[in-house]
Amino acid sequence: MKVYDVVIIGGGPAGLAAAVSAYDSGAESVLILERDDVLGGILNQCIHNGFGLTRFKESMTGPEYADRFIKEVRKRNIEVKLKTTVLDLCEDKTVTAINEREGVFFVRGKAVILAMGCRERSRGALNVAGTRVAGVYSAGTAQKYVNVKGFLPGKNVVILGSGDIGLIMARRMTLEGAKVHAVCEIMPHSSGLKRNIVQCLNDFDIPLYLNHTITRIDGDARVTGVQISKVDQNKKPILGSEFYIPCDTVLFSVGLIPENELSKNAGVELSPKTKGAVVYQNRETSISGIFACGNVLQVHDLVDFVSEEAELAGKSASEYARRGDREKDCVNCIAKDKITYVLPQKIDKNQSGNVTLFFRANGVYKNCRVVVENDGQEVLSLKKRVVVPGEMERVILTEKIIKALNGDLTLKIVE
Amino acid sequence: MFDVAVIGGGVIGGAILRKLSSYNLKICLLEKGNDVCVGQSKANSGIVHAGFDASVGTLKAKFNVLGNAMMPKYARELGVKYENNGSLVVAFSDEEMITLGELKERGIRNGVQGLEIIDQAKLRELEPNISPNAVGALLAKTGGIICPYELTIASIGNAMDNGATLFTNFEVDKINAGDSFEIYSANGQKVQSKIVVNCAGYGSQKVANLIGDYSFTIGGRRGEYILLDRESGGFAKHTLFFTPTKKGKGILISPTVDGNLLLGPTADEVDFNNTDTTQIGLQSVIDKANEMCVGVPTYNVITSFAGVRAYCDKHDFIIEESNVKNGFINCVGIESPGLTSAPAIAEYVVDEIISKRITLTKNPNFNGVRKPDYFFSKLTVEEKNEIIKKDPSYGRIVCRCERITEGEIVRALTQNPRATDIDGVKRRTRAGMGRCQGGFCQPYVADLIAKVNGVTIDKVTKNGKGSEIVVGETK
Repeated sequence: MKVYDVVIIGGGPAGLAAAVSAYDSGAESVLILERDDVLGGILNQCIHNGFGLTRFKESMTGPEYADRFIKEVRKRNIEVKLKTTVLDLCEDKTVTAINEREGVFFVRGKAVILAMGCRERSRGALNVAGTRVAGVYSAGTAQKYVNVKGFLPGKNVVILGSGDIGLIMARRMTLEGAKVHAVCEIMPHSSGLKRNIVQCLNDFDIPLYLNHTITRIDGDARVTGVQISKVDQNKKPILGSEFYIPCDTVLFSVGLIPENELSKNAGVELSPKTKGAVVYQNRETSISGIFACGNVLQVHDLVDFVSEEAELAGKSASEYARRGDREKDCVNCIAKDKITYVLPQKIDKNQSGNVTLFFRANGVYKNCRVVVENDGQEVLSLKKRVVVPGEMERVILTEKIIKALNGDLTLKIVE
Repeated sequence: MFDVAVIGGGVIGGAILRKLSSYNLKICLLEKGNDVCVGQSKANSGIVHAGFDASVGTLKAKFNVLGNAMMPKYARELGVKYENNGSLVVAFSDEEMITLGELKERGIRNGVQGLEIIDQAKLRELEPNISPNAVGALLAKTGGIICPYELTIASIGNAMDNGATLFTNFEVDKINAGDSFEIYSANGQKVQSKIVVNCAGYGSQKVANLIGDYSFTIGGRRGEYILLDRESGGFAKHTLFFTPTKKGKGILISPTVDGNLLLGPTADEVDFNNTDTTQIGLQSVIDKANEMCVGVPTYNVITSFAGVRAYCDKHDFIIEESNVKNGFINCVGIESPGLTSAPAIAEYVVDEIISKRITLTKNPNFNGVRKPDYFFSKLTVEEKNEIIKKDPSYGRIVCRCERITEGEIVRALTQNPRATDIDGVKRRTRAGMGRCQGGFCQPYVADLIAKVNGVTIDKVTKNGKGSEIVVGETK
């Protein structure tokens, strides 16, 4: 069995940045395993712009952003296997994969990086009542048909969920000549980026119905309409609030789920909040030598942040491949009031450097403070004009704070 | 001129067609859908019932017990997964324990083997997730599970391999009954046959009416189901039933042969073939499941669906030649336990009814063995690599959730009965049946359907005309 310093599962934005970073940090043999025909992952179908604003200070399309990293990978002696699906990952970091040329084969990584990305929640997961006819797609599938295959899934569209892909597709379908009649969001706020609400809905006069959901899909062979209902605080449809929109297409943009089936099989501990691995600040998981980054770890708002996290994981994996496991001195990071999750979930005090804590608020809070506490003391407080669930927040803990930690650390929002 | 035309490509029609194909006969199957198995045979519980439910002396009781015994061999020959996981009818009161005693007695009189009343302790040992309110159960060791559409497709495919002809999109519209039967479809097709077998399920009353047979009435009872991720497949090992009451059998919780967990069905009357799911129905499935077990993993729901069970006003199967016309055979009102009964009904219909109208001689070339539709993920590494060496497309995973390869999908598109649409590929290969529900693989599957049939993607449908997956090219 061939042994690599670092084996990376997934050749999307996370895998690409992790590979470059691992190589540049001294890993001598790096392998990317990618199931698609090409590198770049989901970026290949994201032909809208706005990628790279944070990282490169310029606005690129998804394929352009991916291309920057693909070029960097090609410049280096990084091995890439395309059309290759990983079937299994073991705790000992043996990877079982399959492709047309080699059949089923095995490789081992001294370190392995999980970079499998995420999938969309489907209509089925929501138990939306009605018929199961043609014309119901997840927003990403519709995006693939439009942007990659060159076909339009429908002409009169209702979108459930105001996640970024749903918003982007509202604009995309409109530009392709379809009429988007409504975007419904069960929550009192959108989970998408503000800029997407403005640029994809407001600019095209597409109505956004907050606190609304689709309660029935009608149709015989193809969708003919949807029933929409207002929901109460418990997200239960309010009887009598129903209204009807005739349409031929329903798109679902109702959340992304990190694809951690391989991680689960390997025995990696997952967080019930993020649905991704529980990690240390260097993105190492509960299994020594297995790292995770990008949307398989936590669903990011921007690909720029995926690249940033992947570089950290790549560097860490490379170090691990050279030095092996090292003893840890661990404290937990615990999400408290008004916070959905905080990542990393664990801090190893033996590692040097500052630690950035990423977190999401569980609601919209204005003029609040983000407070980090340890051992009954406030160690950090940060004023925020507004925090929203749709935008990931961060606080930086200095090495000095880390070294002084005594027991677990908590993070909360105080209004 | 066909010797026998079977109307309806469900599990009963399929089993009869296969049985007929073992004789020297010219036979055909007329199916109104774009594919076979698109009615109640694709949306039911998939249970191989033991046979204690039906009243003593009914056809239901007779064929259930016979079919249950035949099923393991039948499934093995056709390459269909069958599992003898056993059933438990769970009692929640002393009164219900008495009912279980009666069920056991009835089962014994029906000829069911291996029935045993177990106490609470044994029940908890068998099913750790059972509700603490459960006091005991009737264990039926011969109870099993099977995939109903896999069984139907395999029967029809095997019959076709042995010479049967399939007509799809053939909705029977008119029958001229003379010395033989001239059968016309709504879209202008015509078939002539000496004998007709009416297995049209919900449509069987309409078909019988076409020859002036008004001897029965068909009603529809809708059942809504919820399917959970394979991760939750081990939640229950047996098929768990409530103790039947005057209101019926209630919902069940069962593992499926594909490793998922199935909850359902509801039972409500519908006045047309309405397979919509409803908010109320799905919620009631969840509520009842939570009465049966503790911690039902409903967070792992991957899809919900509904099927309409066609029942007849006589509340037993009708399996007999019509009084109106010789050579016209009704197999109607085949509600539960119809799936279990299918192989036994087929033998009876062919060997006891059709044989009286037409001479049956064995087909010397008949081969009843069929290779499984999807199988690749179950093979050893060596076996997989052997296949990939011969056909590299088996090295390309298309459906990542169920790990279905391009090779398997192309096979489904080219072997009997050929899949022609997205749902057809899904039922044969499981591509799109996993946790992402086709979110990733559907465009790939659509490409393969287009490629094999030499068309563009805009001609590909979900399940026949009107269900095109795209409406046209982009600007």
